Amino acid sequence: MTRNTATVPAVGGLSMTWAQQARLFACEAGYEILRTLRTPAFVIPTLAFPVVFYLLFAVLIPGQWGNLHKASYLLATYGVFGVIGPALFGFGVGMAIDREQGLLELKRVSPMPMLAYFFARIAMSLLTAACVVVLLSVAASVFGGVRMDMLQWLRLLLALLLGTLPFCAMGLWIGSLVKGQAAVGIVNLIYLPMSVLSGLWMPLFVFPTLIQKLAAVWPAWHLAQLALGIAGQIQNVNMPLHGAVLLGYTALFLGLALWRMRGR
Amino acid sequence: MSASLPIASLRQVHKRYGAVTALDGMELDLRRGELLAMLGSNGAGKTTALGVLTGRLCADAGEVKLFGADPKDAAVRRRIGVMLQEARLPDTLRVQELVHQFSCYYPQPRPLQETLALAGLSALARRAYGALSGGQQRRVQFALAICGCPELVFVDEPTSGLDVEARRAFWQVIQCLRDAGTSIVLTTHYLEEADALADRVVLIANGRVLAEDTPAGLKARARSARIRCVTQLSLTELLSIPGVQSAEAQGSCRSLRCDDSDQVLRRLLARDPSVSGIEIRPLSLEDAFLTLTGEAA
Repeated sequence: MTRNTATVPAVGGLSMTWAQQARLFACEAGYEILRTLRTPAFVIPTLAFPVVFYLLFAVLIPGQWGNLHKASYLLATYGVFGVIGPALFGFGVGMAIDREQGLLELKRVSPMPMLAYFFARIAMSLLTAACVVVLLSVAASVFGGVRMDMLQWLRLLLALLLGTLPFCAMGLWIGSLVKGQAAVGIVNLIYLPMSVLSGLWMPLFVFPTLIQKLAAVWPAWHLAQLALGIAGQIQNVNMPLHGAVLLGYTALFLGLALWRMRGR
Repeated sequence: MSASLPIASLRQVHKRYGAVTALDGMELDLRRGELLAMLGSNGAGKTTALGVLTGRLCADAGEVKLFGADPKDAAVRRRIGVMLQEARLPDTLRVQELVHQFSCYYPQPRPLQETLALAGLSALARRAYGALSGGQQRRVQFALAICGCPELVFVDEPTSGLDVEARRAFWQVIQCLRDAGTSIVLTTHYLEEADALADRVVLIANGRVLAEDTPAGLKARARSARIRCVTQLSLTELLSIPGVQSAEAQGSCRSLRCDDSDQVLRRLLARDPSVSGIEIRPLSLEDAFLTLTGEAA
């Protein structure tokens, strides 16, 4: 029942092999995904919301936007909208609830490295984001007549997946600030206005000039510029600039979150 | 040789939350193979002491050692298991999944079936956590504390909220674990629990260790009682009654502390038949401890 104590040092920690560490990370991510999949109240709205909105605005509501291809344009922006959600909710709300329920405390006194916890949440966000993009792409090609070559689509997918990282960091910060259900309110308070004001629901040119100018403060707008550029809906996009801004936001939110968590 | 060395210790540890002092120069040694009960009322500092020992909280001052190292180091925490006072696990995961997940955190975990059997969960292995009763959920949390085959297990108020039967079942599991050589630290505010399980009991109050004793010594102290009554006898007369340890005036009442309240009451009635308003209460744990430590605090 007990380990032979002769193999255990009197002082200091126990080491784990790389294989054991890898198994720990995989296990943590696997159970995080399993736990979420068994929560339909989270999965279904997260996956369905962007697709339903896309179909409504891109397909059902008629209208022509100059020489833009509406269904392709909105595929890019609803793609951004769809991947931000699971990142913000998964990190912000998920962590806030784990904190409130004491699960995070239990994991912090367990030998689990905190990195494994974050890794699991990022894996979950990426998986959900990939599902959202696939669903949107199917809707776009079947109902919206969107045609994209494989390479272009893969570039869009990659941009959207990497683009979740600043929002994971933002969620982490929110999750470190508030506990439990309060995080739902805060995430919605940021998520929905940011999406509208970054032109994710309707293109920015329908808004007043001031809002168009202010859009540059939102990380979501920068990700949308990348996605629209890849989808060929806007020309001469300064990809490195928007990429750098997103990286900067990631560093900023990560820094704020770590600073906040260290202060405890 | 290592039996005499503490496996964990607190030296002059202080911890404050704003204006509240949770630990005020706490001193504690945990010895290998013993079951130590930390006894104290709510807010005495037990949970904070465990938090500091398990790396969840940072001490403001003082030295905290776990197996000679800093409990903030995850590699050291591979030698311990912790059951917190309050932790809600994901409702949608099954019992065996939760135990497997936590087993992955350890280099040499206990076989899954063995953990489940030890915690009395074999029949519930495939049940979702959210579908379990409160007592069953506590057993899962206990399983997570022991799944890594740790040398030292911390359990914070393991039986609060459990019914008598569940509490006895839990005690049996703790005893099994201890007989297998695991060192255990248990916090409780039930004297009965400390008595049933512990090799050594420390009384914690106001963030400090007030006293320590064996359960037998503790029991002897806890037999004492306090009698309050209205009597015509003076304090000196009361003190002369055999068995009365102390007497004091509380308004019109007199308060007596004694070992055997039945004996003292008979003698009291014999000397003053007009005695009225008699009230007998067992000594509080703190009082009981302080009786023998000579009002140190």
